[in-house]
Amino acid sequence: MAILDVLTYPDPLLKQVAAPVTEFDSSLARLAEDLEQTMRAGPGGVGIAAPQVGVLLRVVIVDVSSRPGIPNHGRLVLVNPEIQRWKGMVKGREGCLSVPDFIGTVIRAEHITLQAQDIHGGTQQYQMQGYEARAVQHEVDHLDGLLFLDRLVSRHHDLKPRQS
Amino acid sequence: MAHWQMLTLVGKDQPGIVAAVSAVLYKNNANLGEAAMQRLGANFTIMMMVDYAGSAEDLLSIVTPVAARFGLKEHVDVIEGRLHAHLQADVSISLYGADRAGIVASATERLAQAGLHILALHTDVAGTEEKPVFVMEISGHAAQGVEALREAVDDLDDLEIHIDPLQTMIG
Ligand SMILES: [Zn+2]
Repeated sequence: MAILDVLTYPDPLLKQVAAPVTEFDSSLARLAEDLEQTMRAGPGGVGIAAPQVGVLLRVVIVDVSSRPGIPNHGRLVLVNPEIQRWKGMVKGREGCLSVPDFIGTVIRAEHITLQAQDIHGGTQQYQMQGYEARAVQHEVDHLDGLLFLDRLVSRHHDLKPRQS
Repeated sequence: MAHWQMLTLVGKDQPGIVAAVSAVLYKNNANLGEAAMQRLGANFTIMMMVDYAGSAEDLLSIVTPVAARFGLKEHVDVIEGRLHAHLQADVSISLYGADRAGIVASATERLAQAGLHILALHTDVAGTEEKPVFVMEISGHAAQGVEALREAVDDLDDLEIHIDPLQTMIG
């Protein structure tokens, strides 16, 4: 296991679309372990995506269980995650391990239906809301080469329909 | 090493001021740091951190012609500020009520005593001349927690006050 270097903007790898995982082998397991260690080493990180460490594969880790009073599914390794349904909109504050020293306001879906494979390739489905759903949407964006900077809205901006 | 100065411009609002001021700063090797511009009343107001190696008088002489062109008053202070000195906001407060004198003073004094460090504040007067509605939005750091802030303003019966923790997702 290792703590990996986190790429920061303007590294061009952060704007690339990551490829689906096809091999559920020991190197995937090692990547997941390293990602988790790297996430936990960062200041207050509750999610990380493989492109943030320069690996262009569709793997993210999310764990919001350390935040008190928030509905969550614990520590999640999400391989080839796909958000299938979005419902509701909510503004919230986000930061990013790849964009140090900036907090911005982003509109996200309040509820999502997520399908993802686990580390062994099994397919799982999740209903998520609020903070956890926000974390997943932020990480899935990384897999598509999008940063939260691409979705900034004014703190005083009215909610408007999701555009993506 | 950066030489930060705070440039303030105030005057009648019109389009094009930010572009013209930014251009003249750029041409004179004065670099922009953090800045906040707001239209208040019909006035243009901006405060900008400018990194400029010359003196405050030199910076003023750069800005004066463009300020004069737009009818703005200019002011420069050498500051000790720097970049990357952000404080994390962890509470959001909104407050509204029928406009009355002292509304900001009474609320912010109590909130300050209960540990609030205000990081950003916007107030506005909505409604009509006859029936004004005062609206205030604050984000800040609650050194003694959110509950202490709620208790501090609990007896301000003629105001509607919402105090909520601000969560930030880092990923
Ligand atoms: Zn991120």
